[in-house]
Amino acid sequence: MVHVLKNVLNVPTELVWHKEFKHSGYDAVVLPGGFSYGDHLRCGVIAARSPAMEEVKLMAEEGKPVLGICNGFQILVEAEILPGAFLPNDSLKFICKWIILRCETAHTAFTSLISEGQMLHMPIAHHEGRYFHEAEALKALSFSRRIVFRYVDEKGEPSSKANPNGAVGNIAAIANERGNVLGIMPHPERASEPILNPSRRRDGALIFQSMVDYIKH
Amino acid sequence: MKNYTVEVVIQNKPVARDPEGETIHRDLLLKGGYENVKSVRAGKYIQLEVQAEGPEDAEKLVFEMCNALRLYNPVVHTSRIQVREK
Repeated sequence: MVHVLKNVLNVPTELVWHKEFKHSGYDAVVLPGGFSYGDHLRCGVIAARSPAMEEVKLMAEEGKPVLGICNGFQILVEAEILPGAFLPNDSLKFICKWIILRCETAHTAFTSLISEGQMLHMPIAHHEGRYFHEAEALKALSFSRRIVFRYVDEKGEPSSKANPNGAVGNIAAIANERGNVLGIMPHPERASEPILNPSRRRDGALIFQSMVDYIKH
Repeated sequence: MKNYTVEVVIQNKPVARDPEGETIHRDLLLKGGYENVKSVRAGKYIQLEVQAEGPEDAEKLVFEMCNALRLYNPVVHTSRIQVREK
C-alpha cells in the first residue's frame, strides 16, 4: 500500500501506528487490508474500537478521503462509518483470485477517473467478503448511488457465476453519502503496476489517482 | 454480588444464508441417515462469567455490552442471552 502511494502515485505517504494517528495532519487516510486482531469475533470489529478510528471518523465528517481496502472495508463497516455487514464467503473458503469489477458511479472521490460501466481487473484475497444488507437498505443504497463497484463477468453482467463470495447484489464496494468514504473488498494496490498484473494493466491506480486529484481540487 | 454464567448465542438472521449449517445438514446428517433433521443453523457461542446483583442485572449487563461493543452485528445477526446462576 505504502509502496504504491509513494512510488507509483508519487504522493508523500506515512505508515502510522493506530494509537498515534491524528486526523489533522493528513489529507487522506487509507485503511489497508490484513488481519487486524487475528479476525477474532468478526473481521474488523475489534480494530473498529481502536483510537485511530475516532480520528478516521473525524476525517470522514470533514469530507477528507477515507479509503478502506479488504480488512479496512470490514473495519469501516464495523465502525458504522459505512453500512452493512460481512459474512464468511458462501464457499466457506479463503479466495485469492483475479476478478472483474464494473464501476457503477463516477461520483465519488475515488472514481472520478473511471467511467460508469468501465470494467477493472483486480485481485481479491479474503475469507469474509460476503457483503450483506437487508433488501430495503439495499434499495436505498442503490437509489442514492452508493454501490460503487460490482463483481461482473467478462460481458459486464453481475451474474451469480461472477460473484466470488455470495455478496448480495454482487457488491464489491460501497461509499458514504458524500462519496468521500469508500470501502472496497478487492485490492487496487495489487493491481496498480503492470508487472504485478497478468493482463499488464494498472486499473487499481485509477482509484488512487482519483483520490489524489480529489485532494488537489 | 453473585457470580453468573451468561451464554450468548449469535446466529445469522433467517434472511442471510448459513452455508455452514447447510453443509452440516446436507453432507453430514442427511448422508448419515438422519432424515428427520429438517434444517440446521450454525452460530457462535460466547460464555461469560460476570458478577451482578441478580440474574436480571447480569442479563442487562451482557445485553448492553453486546450492543455497545457489537459482539454481534445487528444488520445480519440475532443474539440470544441466557443466564445461569453458579
